[in-house]
Amino acid sequence: MKARVTVTLKNGVLDPQGKAIEGALKSLGVAGVASVRQGKVFDIELAEGDTAKAEATLKEAAEKLLANTVIENFRVEVTG
Amino acid sequence: MKSAVITFPGSNRERDMARALKLVSGREPAMVWHGESELPTGTDLVVLPGGFSYGDYLRCGAIAAHAPIMTAVRNHARKGGLVMGVCNGFQILCEAELLPGILQRNAAMKFICRDVHLKIERSDTPFTRGYNAGQVIRVPVAHGEGSYFASEGTIGRLEAEGRVLFRYTDAEGKRDPNWNVNGALNSIAGVLNEKLNVLGLMPHPENHVESAVGCTDGRGLFAGLIAHFAQAA
Repeated sequence: MKARVTVTLKNGVLDPQGKAIEGALKSLGVAGVASVRQGKVFDIELAEGDTAKAEATLKEAAEKLLANTVIENFRVEVTG
Repeated sequence: MKSAVITFPGSNRERDMARALKLVSGREPAMVWHGESELPTGTDLVVLPGGFSYGDYLRCGAIAAHAPIMTAVRNHARKGGLVMGVCNGFQILCEAELLPGILQRNAAMKFICRDVHLKIERSDTPFTRGYNAGQVIRVPVAHGEGSYFASEGTIGRLEAEGRVLFRYTDAEGKRDPNWNVNGALNSIAGVLNEKLNVLGLMPHPENHVESAVGCTDGRGLFAGLIAHFAQAA
């Protein structure tokens, strides 16, 4: 079973990397970019076949390690 | 004072720390590998040194926070034992939730390696009894992720409970955005836990203990710790 955990910064948390990327896009002439927030994506393969159990495992993984919930939110998707 | 310096894969300031501890206390600290499960018997002070544990993968300190030795460090702290994390050690203590908040990428996106001024906010802790409250010391910083962040509620609580121990200031002890080198909230350079026995700080007092390097302002931290344990004994 394949899954994806997406970790993003919470609203209001300063993101200097996102700001730098935003500035770089603007200087490359990529038009229409209002703002950039950067985050992380984890593609994970699971031995588990049950979607509900897989989601519970991924939630635990995200809370224990993949995300720091002081500054980050996460989203779990079982992709099949 | 019996101290133990924890070494993780990627630590690189453990020898500076050991040297400072030996120089000021006269006693060689135990070097404890992260894979150990116990601290040496009778350890008074545990130090998590600076460096780049696990190559800063995922987030600085995130993986080291789950190392086997951290269970023993946690127990030591729970029993009231002293724990100090410097630089990467501070990041590890935050990731291990022994301290609140997190160290984020420096606001200016640059690795900063320079001397800073630190205001000692209070002297009635085991870590700062070698200083006077309000005193300003000069110590180096060397980090890319040192910008202290916590929720508004947490920052408010830290301030109200006097748990901000070190702050970036100018040479006179005044808060100044130009001297808040990494953009930390409230210019916070070091914080304590609720029981005041766990300290994390980004700057490196261990690098200013010998006159040969031009400044000995960091010595007071170690001298204070020794005085603390001498009095307790």
